[in-house]
Amino acid sequence: MTAPLLRVSGLTARIHGGVAPVLPVDGVSFDIAAGQTFALVGESGCGKSMTALSIMRLLPEAGEIAGGVVELDGENLLALSEARMREVRGRRVAMIFQEPGLSLNPVMTVGAQIAEAVRRHTGLAGAAVDARVLQLLEAVHMPDARRRMAEYPFQMSGGMKQRVMIAIALACDPALLIADEPTTALDVTVQAQVLELLRELQRSRGMAMLLITHDLGVVAQMAQQVAVMYAGEIIESAPVEAFFAGPAHPYSRKLFESLPDRVGRGHALAAIRGTVPALTRPFKGCRFAERCDRALAHCPDTIPDWGVVRDGHRAKCHLYADGAAGSAHSAACAAGPQDAVAPSLHTDHPALLEVADLKIHFPIHRGLLRRVAGQVRAVDGVSFGIAAGRTLGLVGESGCGKTTVGKGLLRLVQPTGGRVLFDGADLLTLDRSALRRRRRHAQIIFQDPYASLNPRVRIGDALEEGMLALGVGDSAARRQAQIAALLGEVGLSPEVRDRYPHEFSGGQRQRIAIARALSVEPQLIICDEPTSALDVSVQAQILNLLQRLQRDKGLAYLFISHNMSVIEYMADEVAVMYLGRIVERGTVDEVLRTPKHPYTRALLSAVPVADPSAARPVIQLAGDLPSPVHPPHGCHFHPRCGAALPQCRLEFPDEQAFSASHAARCHLYR
Amino acid sequence: MTAYIIRRLVYGVFVLAGVNVLTFALFFFVNSPEDMARAQLGAKRVTPAAVEKWKRERGYDKPVFLNDKMPGSRKLTETVFFDKSVRLFAFEFGASDQGRNIGYDISTRMWPSLAVQVPAFVIGLAVYITFALLMAFFRATYVDFWGVVLCVLMMSISTLFYIIGGQFVFGKLWNLVPISGYDAGFDALKFLVLPVLIGVIGGIGSSSRWYRTIFLEEISKDYVRTARAKGLSESRVLFRHVLANAMIPILTGVVVVIPLLFMGALITESFFGIPGLGSYTIDAIGQQDFAIVRAMVFLGSVLYIIGLILTDISYTLVDPRVRFS
Amino acid sequence: MMHLVLPFRFEWLWSDALVWLLVASVIGFAIYTNARPHLRAPWARVSRSASGLAAATVLALFVIVGLLDSVHYREALPSQDGKAAYATELRSVLDRLLQPLRASREKTYSAPLATHLYAKETVQLPDGGEVRVFPRLRHGGAHLVDPQQDWARDVAVKAFRGLAIALLVWFVAAIGVCAAESRRATAGIESVWRDVWAGRTAVPWRAVLAALGLLCVLIGPVTALAPHYHVLGTDKVGQDVLYQALKSIRTGLVIGTLATLVMLPFALVLGVMAGYFKGRIDDLIQYLYTTLSSIPGVLLIAAAVLMMQVYIENHPELFPSTEIRADVRLIALCVILGVTSWTGLCRLLRGEALKLREMEYIQAAHAFGVSHWRIMMRHIVPNVMHIVMIALVMDFSGLVLAEAVLSYVGVGVDPSMISFGTMINSARLEMAREPMVWWSLAAAFVFMLTLVLAANLFADAVRDAFDPRLIMAGRHS
Repeated sequence: MTAPLLRVSGLTARIHGGVAPVLPVDGVSFDIAAGQTFALVGESGCGKSMTALSIMRLLPEAGEIAGGVVELDGENLLALSEARMREVRGRRVAMIFQEPGLSLNPVMTVGAQIAEAVRRHTGLAGAAVDARVLQLLEAVHMPDARRRMAEYPFQMSGGMKQRVMIAIALACDPALLIADEPTTALDVTVQAQVLELLRELQRSRGMAMLLITHDLGVVAQMAQQVAVMYAGEIIESAPVEAFFAGPAHPYSRKLFESLPDRVGRGHALAAIRGTVPALTRPFKGCRFAERCDRALAHCPDTIPDWGVVRDGHRAKCHLYADGAAGSAHSAACAAGPQDAVAPSLHTDHPALLEVADLKIHFPIHRGLLRRVAGQVRAVDGVSFGIAAGRTLGLVGESGCGKTTVGKGLLRLVQPTGGRVLFDGADLLTLDRSALRRRRRHAQIIFQDPYASLNPRVRIGDALEEGMLALGVGDSAARRQAQIAALLGEVGLSPEVRDRYPHEFSGGQRQRIAIARALSVEPQLIICDEPTSALDVSVQAQILNLLQRLQRDKGLAYLFISHNMSVIEYMADEVAVMYLGRIVERGTVDEVLRTPKHPYTRALLSAVPVADPSAARPVIQLAGDLPSPVHPPHGCHFHPRCGAALPQCRLEFPDEQAFSASHAARCHLYR
Repeated sequence: MTAYIIRRLVYGVFVLAGVNVLTFALFFFVNSPEDMARAQLGAKRVTPAAVEKWKRERGYDKPVFLNDKMPGSRKLTETVFFDKSVRLFAFEFGASDQGRNIGYDISTRMWPSLAVQVPAFVIGLAVYITFALLMAFFRATYVDFWGVVLCVLMMSISTLFYIIGGQFVFGKLWNLVPISGYDAGFDALKFLVLPVLIGVIGGIGSSSRWYRTIFLEEISKDYVRTARAKGLSESRVLFRHVLANAMIPILTGVVVVIPLLFMGALITESFFGIPGLGSYTIDAIGQQDFAIVRAMVFLGSVLYIIGLILTDISYTLVDPRVRFS
Repeated sequence: MMHLVLPFRFEWLWSDALVWLLVASVIGFAIYTNARPHLRAPWARVSRSASGLAAATVLALFVIVGLLDSVHYREALPSQDGKAAYATELRSVLDRLLQPLRASREKTYSAPLATHLYAKETVQLPDGGEVRVFPRLRHGGAHLVDPQQDWARDVAVKAFRGLAIALLVWFVAAIGVCAAESRRATAGIESVWRDVWAGRTAVPWRAVLAALGLLCVLIGPVTALAPHYHVLGTDKVGQDVLYQALKSIRTGLVIGTLATLVMLPFALVLGVMAGYFKGRIDDLIQYLYTTLSSIPGVLLIAAAVLMMQVYIENHPELFPSTEIRADVRLIALCVILGVTSWTGLCRLLRGEALKLREMEYIQAAHAFGVSHWRIMMRHIVPNVMHIVMIALVMDFSGLVLAEAVLSYVGVGVDPSMISFGTMINSARLEMAREPMVWWSLAAAFVFMLTLVLAANLFADAVRDAFDPRLIMAGRHS
């Protein structure tokens, strides 16, 4: 066996500040062979990014590497002088980051930023540098590369910026590329493009890649070897096929079981109780023990050693201590989805909410007199209905207008036109006081759990605010009783009402936000990406909660999300939005199993599936989402569509029905 | 971009109109011209005739807004408001209460002011940025720590002490430069060294510390990590990446004061006896010459608004996001 | 009938009332904050900053002096017909405490701790001849029989005695701190004492005790010497410089605090409204502060103060005494300083309100139909208070420095009011004297530097604790 390209052993990093120093990386060891893609998976805060930054020796200033060895081709990087290390960075090891928007210098042209890396490590100068930059931009398939060299990052889309980042990383043909959540900030179709690019470059250049991600789907598509991190250490390591065939560590399994698309609708997702332990104190047992359903008596106070599950598949768990492996594995197979949940009612109800031709335009002011020079057509004629007790999933990529629809329904932004019939009354024409009376019937929960609660207001007061404003609960005592009941309903103890938001985790805050929306007894809740800021295990808790509330209270949801698997799990009906319009709608099975619109198909094919054997062709979309200021003529999708017909350029297609519930707007089906 | 600049200019005129109305109200409604005459003449010499004479000589005897006795448009122009307020827009400053031509005074006295202010500004900016970069480069070391301590100490000392101390040490103790005075041509040089030096030293504390904060803010951004990941040296990161980005917030504070350099430095000029606009203003305040104070308020506002517009233009030079939108 | 004649009558100047109102509101705010852990947290962070706490110790001393100087009264005169009559002269409690300093006027300049005047005088000799000598001071060192021989010994003994007492006081304070800390930490006082000096306590008591120790070392000897000597000399009219410096503290504190407080309501209301409502209201408020900030600060202040001067001169009947006139002028100066400096804070608050209005909890409140007024009061104002707090402490030192400059220009406090500005203004002419009179200037320098430096260090600690990322440009020149 040849020596690995990168050998990390016992790597430990320490971050100072706060009350006590934190050990975000605590004795991490792994090898990466030349040309191999090694995925490091884990939820936020598990230390995977810190591991990558430690390898590059780019920890934040409060951080330091407390121990371990990082060998690149047998040379210990941690022992190098800073000047020697600079020779390694960008030349033998390159790195790309999560936020391409923030990772590029905003006041330098992208050409200059790539050229800087070329000049630093090669002897090239003058025109040779420009030629190399152009070559690199072409290698990352930058459209119109020569012109783009002179552009600034702000003139580019997120996907293009990440291509530029990759071009910088490739400048000197590094032996190892560290990709830290390279596609997390990108839309799913753009993610597919970037992942394809990374795969292609890695294959053609024989470059090794350390891929850091939280997304098991991305791992399945990209990696050959995978390691799972939890609370600062690697707890499981396996070849990718073995891992996906049977994850060994109880934590890894929980991660799989909490993926919404793994179990069918109507089944509760597995959730991990409790929270990640603080990394300030030394551990005397397994770090996962207190959250583990299968913890043994000695788990909390005996540090587990590596146990072999199968050949090359190891887990740091007492269940896999010598001799226990076989029984543990069989137990793993038996552990399936837990308590089944009755599917929600499928009887036909009259529509609770009927939206017709909703338009929300934002004027653009230009010129000397700030005249209205154009309109951002954020929402441009959207119609749908939601029946009581049902969930409509509104899905689309960022910038398609789905969030604006949600806010427009509640008149948090003022719609430009259309009708929103709620219980027979048009919400858009009501005056302030009449609208106020109706407000209690429809509420909203938001994406960012940290922004959705006022840090200066106690939980109890936050919950009471809506009740007071809308006159729910006639006495203080009754309101307090109701608040206690609400908190219980979302799984929190009534005592939390006297506490302030900063004491709660993201998932708990989202529960509180849900309780706040429920406080005025609405019939409809608009869920605006309620779980996209959360880790999968926490997301599972919130989705379970929303399902249960719907069942118990007959709530209707407008569930807005970019995440197909969450929509698949939550929605009864689905509407797909593209550039301010709904291009396809139908029941969840119709749209997701038999998608008609080319955009829906591309969207579905781009979602990475957590199964390395699922070899599906990804429909690559050309280019980026056009600007809603100047949407393309005819069908908005035609410039990116592989099946565009001549008339697609000319007119926006009418709706074509495929069943009573399924329809798409596409010329292909005329 | 042009449309934007024109809009800013128009807005500037509106702001000036506001300043004008405000100063007019302050000078003519809080106290009547009679009150001012009495204050000027002193208690001993106040007689109704003297007050009338004082008002007539200075043009305060006209009606405030509307002159009924005059025909046509002169109904509006032969008024205190028109003379003392509207005419400022044409830079007709008129005569001071002592009878001097303010416009002429300004045009001659701005040169000594500039002779002190421009070198102090340019040298100062270079020194402050250098010092701040030094602290940012050696951040979290003793250089940075003691640099900040020095800054806080220096910003806690009043300008007055810098001037008095400077005059004492350089002028009196070491006899290197004259304590105060001014001369025409190159002879002015020896009088300018100390005021310029003190102007620079007086600003080190607050400016360097502020720039350091800006640099540190930029250093913590993601693009700096990208630059380091390329293998760039720390000094290249600082000069090529951080400095270019930090110039944007720095310019906000710096460009706006450039036109105001004309106005001179009040205290410095008065201490060093430099016949600039700063000492002119101080003298006017001392002599309660309301006409000069009004003129300087207006001039200061004009220069500030020019500064704001220059700031907008300077953004287009350093920030491509502004240039291309 | 006997009238009860009190030996004094309290007299509240306008600035006194405002100062005590401020004290009351600070106490109220402290009680309110103490009950709320999320409000207490940043102050707990302040209390962990060594430099901030040492600065606060020094500031506390200045505040005590300033507060003692903010209780005014008139002394009763010997009554003739049973009716109470009171002196026209207004005194403060500080004046009473410093009575020996205040009353012991010399003829003119005398150097610190001197026994003789700084200027020669012609003295008639008993034999009819005249000589020019430095005469003995009336008060400074008057108890010495032979100054030449006794002075050095006397000063040393008195200073040493003062130092010893001060160190005793300091030691008691240090033991007290350790005792309190040991009760809280339930540890032996001895180990707490060691922890304190090793800097191992959560609250850096070492810094506090060090600052306190330094102050004691300075104050002890000065207090012991002050009744017998002019520790910092006397000025041109023979007034004790130490007394002047101590009196200046109140003026500085009043300007530093009241000016910001005056502007606060405007900045808060307008800034929050502009950011929250946007649109026309925002345009109007922006126009207002652009207009005000376009006038160079010193000129606007000069113009306003000039007009105020003319008004005061023309309406002498409104101001019955010098003290009242000076006091009204001080308040007017605070108002003017406040008005010219509110624009910066207003702009910051507007920016913050613009950000906050898009926060999701405010959107949620809109979804409940909560009124604009309630949203601003409940959701925006509490979340910008940290900026207000930072502005308050950061502006303080700038205002104290501004007072000196303005008083020099002649648009500061009333010339009859003792302040750092008036002290510097009158002392700067003395620099040209030969031999030079340096002590007035040095006293003003040391006191001002100490006050402003402490304020700056404290402000830094507050800013770091409340919002370390907030960049606040120096807004005073």
